[in-house]
Amino acid sequence: MAGKRSIRDARAGRLMFFMTSACALIVVFMAAGLLIKSFPVLRANSPAQILFSDSWSPLKGEFGMLAFIAGTVWVTGLSALIAMPVSLFSAIYLSEYAPSWLRKISRPFMDVLAGIPSVVFGVWGILIIVPLVRDCIAPFFGVYSSGYSILAASIVLAVMVFPIIIQITIEVFHSIPGELRDASLSLGATKWQTIKLVLLRKALPGIIAANVLGFSRAFGETMAVLMVAGNIPAIPHSPLDAGYPLPALIANNYGEMLSIPLYDSALMLAALVLFLIVIMFNLLSRYILSRINLRAA
Amino acid sequence: MKETSHLRTENLTVSYGGAEALKNINVEIPEKQITAIIGPSGCGKSTLLKSFNRLLEENDGVKISGRVLVDGADIYSDSEDITCIRKKMGLLSQRPYPLPMSIYDNIAFGPRIHGMKKKAGLDRLVEKYLSLAGLWDEVKDRLNEPASRLSIGQQQRLCLARGLAVEPEIILADEPTSALDPKSSQKIEEEFKKLKSDYTIIIVTHILRQARRLADYVLFIYLGELIEHGPSRQIFESPREQVTREYIQGVIS
Ligand SMILES: Nc1ncnc2c1ncn2[C@@H]1O[C@H](COP(=O)(O)OP(=O)(O)O)[C@@H](O)[C@H]1O
Ligand SMILES: [Mg+2]
Repeated sequence: MAGKRSIRDARAGRLMFFMTSACALIVVFMAAGLLIKSFPVLRANSPAQILFSDSWSPLKGEFGMLAFIAGTVWVTGLSALIAMPVSLFSAIYLSEYAPSWLRKISRPFMDVLAGIPSVVFGVWGILIIVPLVRDCIAPFFGVYSSGYSILAASIVLAVMVFPIIIQITIEVFHSIPGELRDASLSLGATKWQTIKLVLLRKALPGIIAANVLGFSRAFGETMAVLMVAGNIPAIPHSPLDAGYPLPALIANNYGEMLSIPLYDSALMLAALVLFLIVIMFNLLSRYILSRINLRAA
Repeated sequence: MKETSHLRTENLTVSYGGAEALKNINVEIPEKQITAIIGPSGCGKSTLLKSFNRLLEENDGVKISGRVLVDGADIYSDSEDITCIRKKMGLLSQRPYPLPMSIYDNIAFGPRIHGMKKKAGLDRLVEKYLSLAGLWDEVKDRLNEPASRLSIGQQQRLCLARGLAVEPEIILADEPTSALDPKSSQKIEEEFKKLKSDYTIIIVTHILRQARRLADYVLFIYLGELIEHGPSRQIFESPREQVTREYIQGVIS
C-alpha cells in the first residue's frame, strides 16, 4: 500500500517537474526563435544602429528602432507615473478607510474593469481621452496636439492596469495582521501615521510586486495603445507628441509590409527587443525587491 | 486594605453587529497592582481589555455604551483626544508584533511620533526601556538589526519595552505569554512583578495558575457578564458565586 503510494507520489512529482520545465522551455524557445528570425536584419544593421538610431526607413534598408523603444518607454513610464500613486491611494483608502459596504461593491466593479477587452478601452480612449488631450490639456499648455499622443495612450493604459494593481495591493494590506495596526495605534500613533510608518513599510514588497505585475502587462499592451498613440515613427519629445510603441509597430505591420526585404526580420527583432525590455524590467524589480526584503526581513 | 481605583467602568456594554459581547460591566481596577481578567475563551476578556484603550472602535459594527473612566475622566467623551488616551496605556498582545523596522526604531517609534527628535535623548530612552524590559544585555550590540530576527520571547519583551517607552500609566496585556515557551513566559511574569510598583497592570489570562501567581485583584467574566471581582485571595479561596467556583475547580472551562 505504502509502496504504491510512494510510486504515485514520485510520479506526480515528476509530472509537475515536466510541466514546469515545459513552461520554462517555451520562453527559451520563443526567445531563440525570435533571435534566429532576426539574424538577417542583424547582419545588415549593427545592433548599435538598431538600438540607438532613429532612422526607420525600411525601403532604404535602415531599421533604427530608437523611436519605437522611446515610444514604449515613454508610454509605460508615464502610465506608471499616473497609475502608481492613484492605485496606491485608492488601495489604501479601500482597505483602511472605506466602510465595508464600499469595499464589497468595489470588488466586482474592479473585476469587470479588469475584464473589459482592450479594444473597448481603445474606443473609449478615442472618444473621450483623445479629445480631452486635444481640446483641453494641449491648449492649456499652449501647444497643438492632435490628441493622439503619448499622454492619451498613458492615461488609457493607466486605467487598464488600475484594477490589477489596486486589487493586489488591497490583498497585501489585508494580509497584514490587525494586531500590527493595534500595536501602532496603542502607542498613540494616528491612523495616518500608522499607515505611513508601519503598514506601508510592511506592505512595500507586496506593493512593488503588484506594480511589476501591472506594468509587465502595460509594456506589451497593444490594441488600446495602438488606437490612441498616434503611431508616428519619431522620437517623442513631450507627452503631447505622438508615439509609436513597439507592440503597435509589430501589430500594425506584420503581414502587410512583408514584401519589403528584411522587414519581417526587423519586426521579429522588434519583438525580441520588447521581450528583452520586459525581462530587464522584471530582473530589475526582482533585484529591488530582494534588497527591500533583506532590509525589512 | 482600601485601594484607589485607576480605571473604572460604568454600565459598559459592547456588541458586535447586534450580538452582545459584554453586558453591563461595572468594575474598578486598583492602581499599581496586577489585575487579572479570567474566564473561558470567548467570554469577552479581550473585548473588555480593548475597550480600555478604545481599540475596539477600529472594528466594523461595534457598538459601545456606558462609560470607561481613567483617573475620573470618561475616555469615550468627545472632548478626549484618542491618541492621548492610547498613549496612557501600553498594549501587549497574544503574539508579539514587532514593527517592521530595527530594534532601536521599535523602541524609538513612540517617542518619535510624540515629538522627540534628538538622537541623544532617543538613545537614552532606548537603553532605559530595553533595560526595564530585561532585554538590553541581549540586544545592545545589534540594535540596528530588524526586530523580526529576535526570538519570540525576546520579541515579546521588545513589545513591552516599546509600550513602556511612551510612558504609559497602565499596561494592558492580552494573554501575553500564550505564544511563549515556559522560560520566556517566566521572564515576562517577572517583569510584571517588577513593574507593578510603577504601573497599573491588567492582564488577560486563561491560565489560572498564572493568575494565582501574579494577580492582586481578579475579575471573572463568564458569557459576557462580570460574575465576580475581588482580591485574588478571595476569588481563589472563597468565591461567592457557584460559577466562579466551578471555573476555578476546572469543572467548566
Ligand atoms: N471583531 C469581532 N467581530 C464580531 N464578533 C467578535 C469580534 N471580536 C470578538 N467577537 C465575539 O465576541 C465574543 C467575545 O470575544 P473575546 O473578547 O475575543 O473573548 P475572549 O478574549 O475572552 O476569548 C466572542 O463571542 C467573539 O466571537
Ligand atoms: Mg482573547
